[in-house]
Amino acid sequence: MSFHPKMAYDATFHKSARQLEDEGPAFVYTAENRARFEEIVKRYPPERRRSAVLPALYLAQYQQGYITANAIRHVAELLGITRADVEDVVSYYTMFYTKPVGTYVINVCRTLSCAINGAERVTEEICAKLGVRPGETDASGTFTVLEVECLGACDRAPVVMVNDAWHENLQPEAAAKMIDEVRERGEAALSGCHHVVERRRG
Amino acid sequence: MDPVLIAHVREANSFTLDFYLAHGGYEALKTALAKKPDEIVEMVKASGLRGRGGAGFPTGMKWQFVDKKIEPRYIVCNADESEPGTFKDHLLMERNPHLLVEGCAIGCYAIGAKVAYIYIRGEFYHVQGILERAIDEAYAKGFLGRNILGSGFDCDVYVHRGAGAYEAGEETALLESLEGKRAQPRNKPPFPAVAGLYGKPSAVNNVETLCNVPVIVSKGVEWYTSVGPEKNGGPKLYCVSGHVRNPGVFEASMSVTLRELIDGYAGGVREGRTLKAVIPGGSSVPILLPDQLDIQASFDAVQKAGSLLGSAAIVVLDDTTCMVWLAQNLLHFYRHESCGKCTPCREGTDWLHKILQRIERGDGEMRDLDLLTGISNNIAGKTLCAFGDAAVTPVLTTLKHFRHEYEAHIREKRCTLPADWRARQHVGAH
Repeated sequence: MSFHPKMAYDATFHKSARQLEDEGPAFVYTAENRARFEEIVKRYPPERRRSAVLPALYLAQYQQGYITANAIRHVAELLGITRADVEDVVSYYTMFYTKPVGTYVINVCRTLSCAINGAERVTEEICAKLGVRPGETDASGTFTVLEVECLGACDRAPVVMVNDAWHENLQPEAAAKMIDEVRERGEAALSGCHHVVERRRG
Repeated sequence: MDPVLIAHVREANSFTLDFYLAHGGYEALKTALAKKPDEIVEMVKASGLRGRGGAGFPTGMKWQFVDKKIEPRYIVCNADESEPGTFKDHLLMERNPHLLVEGCAIGCYAIGAKVAYIYIRGEFYHVQGILERAIDEAYAKGFLGRNILGSGFDCDVYVHRGAGAYEAGEETALLESLEGKRAQPRNKPPFPAVAGLYGKPSAVNNVETLCNVPVIVSKGVEWYTSVGPEKNGGPKLYCVSGHVRNPGVFEASMSVTLRELIDGYAGGVREGRTLKAVIPGGSSVPILLPDQLDIQASFDAVQKAGSLLGSAAIVVLDDTTCMVWLAQNLLHFYRHESCGKCTPCREGTDWLHKILQRIERGDGEMRDLDLLTGISNNIAGKTLCAFGDAAVTPVLTTLKHFRHEYEAHIREKRCTLPADWRARQHVGAH
């Protein structure tokens, strides 16, 4: 949990610890997201709407960038559960942000196979380039750097995930350049998962 | 053996329905629908298919235990692949998603379920898109939905995205997460076969396991059991990563040896380096040393050698790897991923990590080694799920085989093996 943007890095918080979210601005889904929400809820038995809490929170996060108390209230009302039920979920899963993050969240995999292929150096290079420590957002609000646990692409180590897109085989020497390219071209600058990589080649 | 599960994954458009149909796709579903559901369960039982997620439990038994008196029943596919070193399900879903969809449909038919949920880890966003596209294609061609291929059998498959929790890979924690709660394990029994998703009988199966089902149906039990050693039959995917020239996913029968996988398939360790140790089944299993690798990479043989095949994630470590650093890296993972439900695990993993960090930094004392063992023994076997046992394994196994490295760190008050791939300075949590 120490990688979460809302927490001081390397503090001994555990994810079972609770913190209340910001109230934030008023929140309701856009018409489009509301329609998608109604579609998603149909996948679960009618008396089990609560199952849709993760997809519902993703919708809120994609809409607003992070999860606020108002977003939690909206999701809770739509699902017919309490605000505490939703908060319980938000505070547990690492992919929900409860503070604003940069336009691009750079998740560097730090677990074994990536680490022994240079992931610690990748983090150092990225942090030096942006002048931040892991867990922080750069001054321009463009990049947030997080260290995350195994992303499940160990044959393409070191791997980073930028928002929901992937960049594989990122060597430490190439890390600073990747930042420049993402700043310029966004996610199009990334290699993608190897599915996409090989399709482009072929 | 020739690859079956990932035979065509390097070819263009291998993820499309047209490609899949051109290579015999959905024939197994047709065959299965012509049989009685019980016959399918019997086939899977006779095939000896063992769960590919880590535990190696016979899939046919799991399906047989599903209580047929209670409706509705569910198939839940565990696609929360998070064990460090594992990336086989990732490849299967990316390149051969229809095989999983077909496996889900046959699984549903066998246990009398009408719905299958594929719980995919949140980080596999791109894979979710590929899977959902495959599912849409299958609906359009009548392989999913109402009255499939005129058989009267209905089946829906949905993808459910997780949000970053290793613990969701534990089957009851996965069910909790799918129900919209924290991914924390349940006390067992009851097992999911009796009271699973929404308290209903459920079969929770790994991606690779379900992908084996169409293979069994189309190639037959006899062929399946003839592949690999007894009780360890069928094609198996191995993930080889770490300090090797050619990391990747390789398909072989379980007769293949660990050394063949590392030196043959993955090209061996890099020029000028020597092999130091191997983790044969994901970060949660004991280490094997270079002289222990001439064994079959099967569930039984690896267990006999004192480790576990687990998720068949083989992490290769060469002589630049400091074993104290390794334990510290993995305990950082377990500390972070402990779900917090059981006190020994929640508190213990944090302390183990702190002590390992201290030793790695050069501030350790000899008595810390007994402390590490003591804390580990107070976690293992004292938690609701296997996470506790998994978390202490990297500590105990490195202490067992590389105690001298710990002692050297303490004596010389520094890391004695700082490789060039490590961080230049100690920052943050390192």
